Amino acid sequence: MSAQTVLERPPVPSPEAVRESLLALDTFPKRLVHNAERFGDRVAFREKEFGIWREITWREYLDHVRACAGGLLALGMRRGDVVALIGDNRPELYYVAMAAQALGGVSCGMYQDTLADQLAELLDFADARFVFCEDQEQTDKVLSMEDRLGKVERVVVDDWRGMWRYRHPKLLRFSDLEAMGREYLRREPDRFLQEVAQGRGDDVAIFCLTSGTTSLPKLAMLSHRNLLAQGENFLAVEPHVTEKDEFVSFLPFAWIGEQMISFTLHQLVGFTVNFPEEPETAQRDLREIGPHFMFAPARIYEGIHSAVAVRMLDSGPLRRRVYEAALGVAGRVVDAEAAGKPVPGWLRLVWKLCAWTVYRPLLDKVGLARMRVAWNGGASLGPDYFRFFRGLGLNLKQIYGQTEVAGISCVHRDGQVRFWTMGAPIANTEIRITDRQEIITRSPSVFLGYYKNPEATREALRDGWLYSGDTGVLDPSGDIILFDRSGDIITLQDGTRVPPRVVEDMLKFTPYVQQAMVLADGRPYLAAILNIDFQNVGKWAEDRGIAYTSYMDLSQKPEVLDLLEELVRETNSRLQPGWRVRAFVSLYKEFHPDDDELTRTRKLRRRHILERYRDLVEAVYAGADRFQATVTVRYEDGRVATLHPVMHIRRLEGGP
Amino acid sequence: MGAGVPLADVVLSVRGLTLRFAGVVAVSDLSFQVHAGELLGIIGPNGAGKTSVLNCINGFYRPQGGRIVYLGRDITRLPPHTRAYLGISRTFQNIALYPHMTVLQNILSGRLVHMRSSLLGCGVYWGLAQREVLQHRQRVEEVIDFLEIEAYRDHRVAELPYGIQKKVELGRALAMEPKLLLLDEPMAGMTVDEKADMARYILELREVHGLPMILIEHDMGVVMDLCDRILAMDYGRKIAEGAPQEIQNHPDVIRAYLGEEHGVAEEVAGGA
Repeated sequence: MSAQTVLERPPVPSPEAVRESLLALDTFPKRLVHNAERFGDRVAFREKEFGIWREITWREYLDHVRACAGGLLALGMRRGDVVALIGDNRPELYYVAMAAQALGGVSCGMYQDTLADQLAELLDFADARFVFCEDQEQTDKVLSMEDRLGKVERVVVDDWRGMWRYRHPKLLRFSDLEAMGREYLRREPDRFLQEVAQGRGDDVAIFCLTSGTTSLPKLAMLSHRNLLAQGENFLAVEPHVTEKDEFVSFLPFAWIGEQMISFTLHQLVGFTVNFPEEPETAQRDLREIGPHFMFAPARIYEGIHSAVAVRMLDSGPLRRRVYEAALGVAGRVVDAEAAGKPVPGWLRLVWKLCAWTVYRPLLDKVGLARMRVAWNGGASLGPDYFRFFRGLGLNLKQIYGQTEVAGISCVHRDGQVRFWTMGAPIANTEIRITDRQEIITRSPSVFLGYYKNPEATREALRDGWLYSGDTGVLDPSGDIILFDRSGDIITLQDGTRVPPRVVEDMLKFTPYVQQAMVLADGRPYLAAILNIDFQNVGKWAEDRGIAYTSYMDLSQKPEVLDLLEELVRETNSRLQPGWRVRAFVSLYKEFHPDDDELTRTRKLRRRHILERYRDLVEAVYAGADRFQATVTVRYEDGRVATLHPVMHIRRLEGGP
Repeated sequence: MGAGVPLADVVLSVRGLTLRFAGVVAVSDLSFQVHAGELLGIIGPNGAGKTSVLNCINGFYRPQGGRIVYLGRDITRLPPHTRAYLGISRTFQNIALYPHMTVLQNILSGRLVHMRSSLLGCGVYWGLAQREVLQHRQRVEEVIDFLEIEAYRDHRVAELPYGIQKKVELGRALAMEPKLLLLDEPMAGMTVDEKADMARYILELREVHGLPMILIEHDMGVVMDLCDRILAMDYGRKIAEGAPQEIQNHPDVIRAYLGEEHGVAEEVAGGA
C-alpha cells in the first residue's frame, strides 16, 4: 500500500519551480491563486440565500477550491480525470470545477434538465469518475442509472435536503468533501500549489457539450489556452467590462457562454458574479443587482420583450398611448442609424426626452437600466427585437461563434451595429467563407477536438481551420452575414429560397407565440406550426372570459385561433408575397427538448420536428381543415396513455 | 397500550373528550395519545367530528367532558393563545391568513409568540429590538427556504394561487416553532404535484425535525402512506385506531365509509 502510494506520487518540485510556473498564469487555477492575492477581500461571488445576498471574497473562493481539491485528492483523483457537474448555478459548482482543474483534471458541465437516461449516456461517455450534483433531483437521476455508471466512483451532493434516508456508499456530502480536503492538506500543505504548478496551458480544462446530430455525443475539448485566449481576444475589441461590474449568472453552467463569462472573463477581469436564489427568482434578483453586462441566448431577450409587451397590453390607455408613441420615436432613430443616415436634431432630442420618461423606467423594471452592453449569442435574434431593445437605448449586440472556438468569434463593434449581420471577427481571429459558402475560423481558441469522436473531429478540424457547418457571406463592411445552418434554407416548389428563421422571428415577435416553425421544402407555399405562449395566451383568455382547461384545450379555442390568424396576417403584410404564410396550425403541445424537438439551448431541431409531425404536414398540404393526431404520452411515473387531440388548420387568402 | 398511564414520550394525551352543541354530540368519549415524533392521522366521513377534536386541542372549543394533557400539563381549561405560547400550532381547513399582507408578513406573524421586546423597546428600535427583528427574520427565511416559496416572499397573499396560500399557512404555523402541529386538511383542493410537495414537507418535518403532528386528510392514499398511526372516527366516536394496514381492513371503517356491510374497502385501500 505505502509502496504504491510512493510510486503514484510525482516527484516533488522545488519551491522555485512552483513559483515560476504559477507566474505563467496560463491556467485557470493559476489565475485564481493570483487573483486571490491581487483582489484579496474584494467580492468574487455573491449568492442570495435566506433572502440575503451573501458575499464570497476572492480569498474565500480560493480557500474553497483548495478544500475541494484536497477532498478530491483524498478520494484518489488523478491528473486527467473527469469531474461532471449538474445543477443550477451556485458557487459550489465553480469551486468543484476549479478544484478539478487545479489537479489537472477536466470539468464537464451537464444541463440540469437532461433526462436520467441521456445523463447516464453522457456521464459514461465522458468517463466521469466523480459527479457533483446540486440536489436530490440530480442525485436521483444518477443513482437510478447506477448499473450503467460503473466508472462513476463518488457522487458529491451539495444540498442534502430530502435525502435523510440515503445511505448509498458512493454518496458524499459537499461539506464532508471540503472537511476531508482540509484534513488532507493539513498533512500536505504544499500539495495544492504543487498540483496547480504542474498544470500547463495546453491541458484540457473543460469538456463542453454541443448539440450533435450524429449518434455519438459531441464533447468539445477546450484547453486553458483556448479559453483564456478567447477571453483576451474578446476583451481586446469589447473593452466594456471592468472589475467593478456586476454580472448575474443564471444561464446553464454547461453552456459555453456561461463558462466564458463566469470562468474566463471572471478570472481575467475580476468583476462580481451573482447567483440568484432560485431559478424562479432570477428575474427579480436580476433587478436587485442591476448587472452591467449580460450574455444570453435569443430566448432570454424574446422573453423580456414578451413580458414587457404583455404588461403594456395590461396597462391603462394613457400609459399605452405614451409607450407606443415613445416606441415609434425609438424605431425611427434606430432605423436611421442602421441605414447610416443622420438622425435629425429634433428627433434626437425627443428620443433623449423619451429615454428619461419612458425607456429608462422601463429598463429599470426588468433590471437592465445599468446595463452597458448586452450580447446575444447562440441563435441570432430577429431584427424586430434588435429595433426594440436598441430603441430603448440598450446597447444590444450580436455575437457569433461556436462551442468549438470557446464561444465567440465575431461581435458587433460599437457604432457599427448592423443587426442583419453577426459582426466582425474578434482579435487574432480569421474568418473565411469557403467556395461552398461555409464559414470557417482560425484562432488560438479553436478546440482540441471532440472527446472519443475522431470522425466528427476530422470533419470539423482541417488544417487548423474550424469548419462550422454554418453558411454565410461577407457583408461589404467586412461583417459576417449568417444564413441558417446548412440545409435549413427551404426552397418552394417554384424555386423561391426562403430563410425560415426570418419568417419565424417575425411570427414570434408577439407575446402570444412562443415558438414558430415554418415548413415548405418542395411545397407550393409556406405553412407554419405555432406554439402559443401558455402563460400569456392564458391570461389573454382569462381577461376575455374564455374558459380552458389545459394547453391542449387552449391551443385549439376558436378565439385563440382567430388571434393567431390576425397575427399571421399582420406578419404577412410585412413579407414579400413568396414568403407569406398561407396556412398554420396551433400545435397541441409546446416543442420540448425532452421530445428532441428543441436543443437544450432551445433551438428548433427541424429534422426531428418534420419527422415527428410528418402526417400533420401532409394533412396541411393536402388541404385538410383539421387533423387528428395520435399521441402516446409517457408520464413521469411511467404510465403510458394515448391521446387523440384534434388540431384545426387555418388557411389565409392567397392560399390554395 | 397502558390506558391512562402517561408514557415518557407522550406529547398529547386526550381522555374521555366529549363535546356537545345544544344536544348534538360532536365528540363523544374520545381518548387517544400522540407520541414524540409521531404522525397521527384522523380520518372519518364528513361530520365525524375531526375538526372539532383539533378545535378542542387548540382551545377554540371548550369540551363538556374529558381531559387534555399536553407535555404533562392539563390544558383543558387554558385559553387558545396560552396554548399557542406552549407550542401548539395549527393550520386551517379554510385558509385563515391575512390576505392583504405579504407572505413574509404573514409568516412573521407566527413569530409573535416569541417576541420579547417591550413596546418602548420597539419604539426605540435600535439595539435589542433590532437584534430581535433580525433573529425573527432569520427564522422566517428558514421557513421560506424550507417551503420553497422564495419567489413569493413579497407577494400579497390574496394574489397568490390556492396551493401557495396553503404553503404559507403551514409556514406561519412552523414559524411558531411548534412542539405539536395540527394540520387540518393541508392538501384539500391541491393538484397532484402540490400534494406531493406537501407530503414531502410533512415527511421532512417528521424525519428530520421529529415534530409530532396530527393530520386530518381525506386523501386516503396520502394518509395511509404518511401516517404512523391512524384514528378513525364516525359520529364523534372512535371506531378504530392502529397502523394503516389495520385501519384499511377494519370492518367498522369500511362500513363507515361505504355505509354497507358488504363491499370491498376500495375507497379506503385505494390509492395507497
